[in-house]
Amino acid sequence: MRVSAVDAAAVRDVRHRDPAWRGRVAWTAVFALALWPMFVVSEFTPAILFDRQSLAATGQFLAGFFPPAHDRAFLLMLVRETWLTIAIATAGLALALLGAIPATLLVTEQLSISRLGTRRMAPLPAAMRQLVRWLLVLLRSVPELVWALLFVRIVGLGPTAGVLAIALTYCGMLAKVYAEILESSASHTSDALLANGSGRLAALLYGALPEAASELVSYTVYRWECAIRGSVVMGFVGAGGLGQRMDESMKMLAGGEVAAMLLIFVLLVAGADAVSALLRRRLG
Amino acid sequence: MNVTGPPTAAAADAALLYELRQLTARHHGAQHAEALHGIDLAIAPGEQLALIGPSGAGKTTLLATLACAHRPHAGHFTAFGVQPWALANGARHRLRARLFLAPQTPPLPPRQRVVTAVLAARLPHWSLWRALVSLVRPADPQAAHAALARFNLGDKLYARVDRLSGGERQRCALARLLLSSAEALLVDEPLSALDPVLSQLTLDTLRSEAAARGAALVCSLHQVDLALANFPRIVALRGGRIAFDLPRADVTPELIAALYHGASPEQHAEVPAPDLAPLSRACA
Repeated sequence: MRVSAVDAAAVRDVRHRDPAWRGRVAWTAVFALALWPMFVVSEFTPAILFDRQSLAATGQFLAGFFPPAHDRAFLLMLVRETWLTIAIATAGLALALLGAIPATLLVTEQLSISRLGTRRMAPLPAAMRQLVRWLLVLLRSVPELVWALLFVRIVGLGPTAGVLAIALTYCGMLAKVYAEILESSASHTSDALLANGSGRLAALLYGALPEAASELVSYTVYRWECAIRGSVVMGFVGAGGLGQRMDESMKMLAGGEVAAMLLIFVLLVAGADAVSALLRRRLG
Repeated sequence: MNVTGPPTAAAADAALLYELRQLTARHHGAQHAEALHGIDLAIAPGEQLALIGPSGAGKTTLLATLACAHRPHAGHFTAFGVQPWALANGARHRLRARLFLAPQTPPLPPRQRVVTAVLAARLPHWSLWRALVSLVRPADPQAAHAALARFNLGDKLYARVDRLSGGERQRCALARLLLSSAEALLVDEPLSALDPVLSQLTLDTLRSEAAARGAALVCSLHQVDLALANFPRIVALRGGRIAFDLPRADVTPELIAALYHGASPEQHAEVPAPDLAPLSRACA
């Protein structure tokens, strides 16, 4: 009886059509249709970039960049401000980690003891988890630039505002992504530790972290890179560092100085990339 | 229609390690298919039994249930004289430190060192500080080495898990079992990646360890000959039900044939028919 049922199914569909095929085509069409209005609303017309007037303006702007400024006083200032920018980004990220690590532990479902055996968290931990999630959403939904404007009013012009702005926004981002990295990495090892009676933190240290270490490090270094860029943007509203100098140079139409600073950014990002590669190789 | 043998004499004993009566368990997946139905099982402290049966019979779910890592859907379940699922989260979790579940896939993070992976057995008894320090400087490498040596793995103490072969990983996970202080050892298919010689060594080590500490040993096996040669009591599962639960002397080749093939007609009564129904439905 069983065999005949299989045969009948085989006769009905000898081509072994993929049952997922129609769904995939339909969803692709839906996404394409949904995407079109976005370009219309955002007035995306690439032709504008290439008309004669635009090209001339671009050319003028870029021509001012050469040669990059390189007099001694300027270079010394550049080194000082670069160091300040790195300091803002690093201090901000360190403060962000201080909040993000405990928040990750509260948010991640993988290390839940009440979930063990039932696949459902107990109501109280689940409510706690949701509360922290909302807090993280709040922290990262306010752009760092807005936090910076707020802190410039409170603590005055200078790097402190930048550090605080990065700490708050990045705390939300880091905790969210850390929790997602932990949840998407294999839970087998931490589950086994929990099943044998380990505590949450022990299961994190001996199971989840070694499983996800390289992804966590890679994301953290990437966020540090973002913090460097972020600190530049915040410099424009007076939060110190290279950004503030770049704002001044732009207002004075000193293209050479702007170009020199952009070169510094390229070097910083390339440096972050190298650090990330090195750490990943060590952990790999 | 379950054949129950002399082990029920042990069931009369008040101090049972495990007692299951008419226990039903469901899979956590979307369909909530029943994984175990009407399980009656009593396990005394220090008892050694092998769990056999075809793939998908419910062996792993039964082990997870015994490990308090899978909540039964219905029926009576006591472990260590208490009902784990009537306890609060914390108390139930402390109970888990008294048992050890070794899953079929070795739960070892690839980037961890063998010494750390083996010492993780001690986590339920360590403070967080001790666990942290042991990550930097292994707390008790001698004990880890001794445990590994019993599985011929002494030379792998400081190797990384991803440098081990499949069989070495499997034994490394069992070396962790030796370092736990569990009173119930629940081992899921420990021999799937081992050659005959290592298989015998592994079973000997598990059995002598269980006997030395007076712990119960429940071991699921696909190698029926090894199960019969090494375990005094054989519990056979088929389609989520206990097909037979007999001392090894009473296990006949006919019973084994019926268990895996549903072969001889008079055994069909013993092998529950319902498990074939979902199969034919799935094929239709």
